Amino acid sequence: MKYDIILCGVGGQGVLSVAAAIATAAGIEDLHVRQSEVHGMAQRGGAVLSHLRISDSEIYSDLVPQGSADMVLSMEPLESLRYISFLKPEGVLISAQEPFINISNYPELSSIHDQISKIDNSVLVNTEKIAKAAQNPRAANMAIVGAAGKYLPVKMESLHKAVSILFKNKGEDIVKKNLSAIDLGGAI
Amino acid sequence: METYALLGDEAIALGAVDAGISAAYGYPGTPSTEIMEYLQHINKETGKPLARWSANEKTAYEEALGTSFYGKRVLVTMKHVGLNVAADAFMNSALLDIRGGLVLAIADDPGMHSSQNEQDSRYYADFAHIPCFEPFNQQEAYDVMSEAFELSEKLHVPVMIRLVTRLSHSRAAIKTSPRKPENPGIKAPDVKQWMLLPALARKQWHQLLGKDVQMKQFSETSSWNSLELNSKSVGVITSGLGKNYFLENSSEYTENYSHLHIGCYPLPTDRINKLASHCETLIVVEEGEPLIEKQLRGILPQSTNIKGKLSGDIPREGELTPDTIRSVFGLSPKEQITFDSSELPGRPPQLCKGCPHDDTYKFIKEVVSELSESAVMSDIGCYALGALPPLQVPETIVCMGASITMAKGAAEAGMDNVMAVLGDSTFFHSGLTGLVDCVADNASVTILVLDNSTVGMTGGQETILPSDRIKQIALGIGVHPDHIHVIDAHKKDHEQNVQLLKDELAYKGVSLIIPVRECIEYFRKKKRTEKKEN
Ligand code: SF4
Repeated sequence: MKYDIILCGVGGQGVLSVAAAIATAAGIEDLHVRQSEVHGMAQRGGAVLSHLRISDSEIYSDLVPQGSADMVLSMEPLESLRYISFLKPEGVLISAQEPFINISNYPELSSIHDQISKIDNSVLVNTEKIAKAAQNPRAANMAIVGAAGKYLPVKMESLHKAVSILFKNKGEDIVKKNLSAIDLGGAI
Repeated sequence: METYALLGDEAIALGAVDAGISAAYGYPGTPSTEIMEYLQHINKETGKPLARWSANEKTAYEEALGTSFYGKRVLVTMKHVGLNVAADAFMNSALLDIRGGLVLAIADDPGMHSSQNEQDSRYYADFAHIPCFEPFNQQEAYDVMSEAFELSEKLHVPVMIRLVTRLSHSRAAIKTSPRKPENPGIKAPDVKQWMLLPALARKQWHQLLGKDVQMKQFSETSSWNSLELNSKSVGVITSGLGKNYFLENSSEYTENYSHLHIGCYPLPTDRINKLASHCETLIVVEEGEPLIEKQLRGILPQSTNIKGKLSGDIPREGELTPDTIRSVFGLSPKEQITFDSSELPGRPPQLCKGCPHDDTYKFIKEVVSELSESAVMSDIGCYALGALPPLQVPETIVCMGASITMAKGAAEAGMDNVMAVLGDSTFFHSGLTGLVDCVADNASVTILVLDNSTVGMTGGQETILPSDRIKQIALGIGVHPDHIHVIDAHKKDHEQNVQLLKDELAYKGVSLIIPVRECIEYFRKKKRTEKKEN
């Protein structure tokens, strides 16, 4: 088993937390994990891209080859399209539907949504609604983790455990709200 | 033995601690920053090792030399271009009689994710005549440390570890070994071998050339350089991450390639010869400059067919990826979803919303728009992002500290209204000496030190000294008190700041304007840690 994920979004949206949650869950299941992150300049509101690879055997490259990703998982619709060349023809694209507009030439949102729906396996997630229901406006990224859950090669239970570990320092309340965002994301 | 999921940088840090270092010095720079951050994290928990940021890479390197002089193991870390700053200390250190192991972890940035060039630090190791290791995954990054320290103490030379962004910033699980104790403090036994006076340096140089032979022997027999002879038609030489990408595609190869992986330098020439005499064609897959390939080719004609970056079979610029090496192995590109993403608008990095630099650039921009001739020389840091739309204020960005000195040169060439824009940390790093030059010659420059109290670009490390001392420093150096102004980097003061800058540009001498406001990221980070600690 080998599962490659391209994670993307805009610097500051919590892409690294999405990666950390899934990577930790895979670690809990004793799978091999490689996760390439973006630090430095691009984190300042630029397009960010992280490669996450999960496998039951040794992983060589930190980078996912083009046309090989099983999933593109994005915090932002425009960004999900930017990295589509990584996706396998039968792969799935999951993106938050809310745009992050910090550039003056952001395209018409409906055209972006249209282009996403034209892709065979694509899911747009209303993360704002889920975050609201989970009573944590900062949980949009965990809603995305939840939405990815049923495709990932890790159990929901492991994702729960991972989130409990990662947010432990922030207190029980935040853990609970993030878990609920994952469940709500998983229910769509 | 324990398992951790660590960044390559963190694996280097933990490896150094387990190799028994007593101290580490460095200057922040992507992608090397997390090495020191992790050491500081370990220090917080266990009180060891000493892990300090320095004013710049040169001071860091020299501090490390001092530790080594006292017989203790020390790590020094910086990004590739930082080694240019430390080069004086670095080059000379190769001639010393190193006793306490001295290892430098240098992180290159092929693809320039967060850098101004793609220079390959392996050249520096070759230039200085020191060994260099190139780990290809996180486990090797951890393991290499204890081997590098041993080699440093055995051959009495500094040893370089060359990292690249994709290793520094990618995470995998590693297994650790028991921690070695620190070396006791023992002064270097022969101080003559630490005094590079010409007569003594000649002896040291002779000795270093002798060590070249030992280094070569090490490299030739080391398990870091592994040779596997299979196919007679094609042999592959990989180094660093090139190995990962070569193996990544291996299920698609129709041939069982002969393979030499190079993980340490100087080059294992015997093994290379063995491979070359076994195979008709060599493919060289290396990250960065075609250093190996160039040495294989030399100048004179040769019988072996060599494919790599110089032959144009692998792209000369940017990072290696599993995709960029497919064609040299005869593999066609993988099938992709048809979608042209080149039409999408780009999303370059930008100053954070509410960044103090934004307000500073706005008043500079207004003043500049009214001048017939002006120049804004900028520097390396978050404020360099002001060069992109919509601000587009900086006009030069070259290297740490160059803003002030380039401004001086331009002003002395007769240019009017020359400004230098740099941050507080860059000022301490290498702006200070430029200011001395300006004052010495009473250059007609207006220097703006944007004081946000932090090293912003690399994630908010503390500036080496409280930045409110810059004013006192300038006074002490001799900038006229009437021409030093500490102002608020805030839009409410915009009109006032515009007027001030105009006045200072009209003054024929050194002016220093310090717009002050805390970096908002740093402010948030501080709040978070305060909350954690309460
Ligand atoms: S990190 Fe700080 S200095 Fe850098 S852009 Fe953001 S607010 Fe400005």
